[in-house]
Amino acid sequence: MLVLAAAMVLGLSIGSSTIGLKTVWASLFTSAGDATHQAIIWKIRLPRVLLAALVGATLSLGGLVFQAILKNPLAEPYILGISGGAAIGAIIGIIMGLSRIPGVGIMAFLGSLATLLLILSISSGSALLIRDTLLLSGVMVNAFCTAVIMFLLSMTQDSRLHTIIFWLMGDLSASPLSQVGLTAAILFPCFVIIFVYSHQMNLLLLGSDMAASMGVSVRRVTLTLLVITSFMVSTTVSQCGLIGFVGLVVPHLFRLGVGPDHRILVPCCIFGGGAYMVVCDLLARWLPAHGEMPDGVITAMIGAPLFILLLRRLQR
Amino acid sequence: MIPAIETTGLSVAYQKTPVLRDLSLTVKRGDFFVIIGPNGSGKTTLIKALAGLIPSAEKFVRIGGHPMTGYSKRKLARKIAYVAQSEGDDCPFTVRQVVLMGRSPYLGVLGMEGPTDFAIADQAMAFSGLSALSDRPVHRLSGGERQRAQIARAICQQPDLMLLDEPTAALDLFHQGRMMSLLAGLKAQTGTTLIMVSHDINLAAMYADQMLLLVKGQITAMGDVNTVVNPAVLSEAYGCPVHVEKSPCGPWPQVSLMQEDVAMADFRSFPKSGPSGGVPENNPHHRY
Repeated sequence: MLVLAAAMVLGLSIGSSTIGLKTVWASLFTSAGDATHQAIIWKIRLPRVLLAALVGATLSLGGLVFQAILKNPLAEPYILGISGGAAIGAIIGIIMGLSRIPGVGIMAFLGSLATLLLILSISSGSALLIRDTLLLSGVMVNAFCTAVIMFLLSMTQDSRLHTIIFWLMGDLSASPLSQVGLTAAILFPCFVIIFVYSHQMNLLLLGSDMAASMGVSVRRVTLTLLVITSFMVSTTVSQCGLIGFVGLVVPHLFRLGVGPDHRILVPCCIFGGGAYMVVCDLLARWLPAHGEMPDGVITAMIGAPLFILLLRRLQR
Repeated sequence: MIPAIETTGLSVAYQKTPVLRDLSLTVKRGDFFVIIGPNGSGKTTLIKALAGLIPSAEKFVRIGGHPMTGYSKRKLARKIAYVAQSEGDDCPFTVRQVVLMGRSPYLGVLGMEGPTDFAIADQAMAFSGLSALSDRPVHRLSGGERQRAQIARAICQQPDLMLLDEPTAALDLFHQGRMMSLLAGLKAQTGTTLIMVSHDINLAAMYADQMLLLVKGQITAMGDVNTVVNPAVLSEAYGCPVHVEKSPCGPWPQVSLMQEDVAMADFRSFPKSGPSGGVPENNPHHRY
């Protein structure tokens, strides 16, 4: 939690014009201080940092839940194609001219549910546990999603194109504080539900028969968690596009640190995932000399090599 | 006395292929009940059905006189503990964590354990001889230790009934003996009813109060050890001649294969399929 707080303060401070930590403090908690700084912090940076924290927490939890339920250490919303499906839904929503919340959000949720069903039916039954089937079907679903996205983009001819492309690659900017607040209000109950199920996730890791013999309603728990996770992920995708690999990096990092108990991992992923995303967003704003780059670029550059590393370790 | 568990007309089919056909059995409280049978006879399906893991089978099962359908999953988990065949080769949890999970049917919403739960887990680990290994991850244990960790976890559920699917498979002689005396000790100390699937007829004959011989999903013989471990019954069921004599080590029967005749029986039935269905890919006709 401290790490998250520190990362958020840093995120507020650093940007195209660096604001001293003292000024950040002053603008946040007193009405004193420069009006320009006030505006930058309240209108631009604070919403952005808060959104980054929410997105990071959601994607990390998403990875954690998928890894537990599918018993596959490489599962993650982006790799499985859940994010891609949500993106298709969201783009259709944007093209139809719906508002971000709830219109685009609902379309994204439908898209993610469709891909979830597709993946589960491809690798259904006991084959679900086979690592390669699941990953391969994820890769294929992802390829298909990309194709559909490209198709939709080529059909779009107006000024929205640039917005959509930038959004697709992970864009945390341009959300007013009220919208971030609404997103938080949608996501927090999901976090709580997942935390309530964290002990059940521990039991599920022992195998579904073992979990059932210890009193877990396997079907109900699995379905609830999958749907809630898809919902959370599609909410963040409809807000800020495709940001991949966060759900891979963060849970594995914490597993190394605090062990496999989900009652500890869930809060760690919420706070740690938030901090990780805030830092990634910081890098995305800070690294390029002019302007900024999409967040998805940073997370993929960190996450993809880690994925390959994990795959190598699993094969041994 | 009300039986620990009973089934009436239990039938299970996987995609219309019947696996268990019209099984009716009764297990007395405090008994050590062992299920034996050839490969593919439905032993694992039977024990899963008894554990409540096959939804379509629940209506045929009664526990302590009450229908299984009346129990919630949590309530059932306080009555019946299930130990699957060789679990946990990739289990990241420590022995203590896994054993504590046995307490989950008694825990609240968040699954936080209290001091009583920790005490019960410590006791279960001590009973299973795992105290020294309590902080080791399960995937780094040996096969025997892993099985004992599962038993300790099952003990933590404080069940009336413990169901075990081949707990001695893949264990060496010493660990087989240790596992069986652990189970016998559990039965003696807590009066837990034990139902176990076993491939090892001799081990079963040493410890069982009652035995069941399952062949092609049906009961071929059921009763005390001498009823089931009978040369005529076993030879017929397994499709190979066996010899049964009194064990030199105690008052139980001992089974020996009659080596030469097995080879002859195999040769004579070649290339026809064997008694338990046969393995089609070994059939030479497929290759030519």
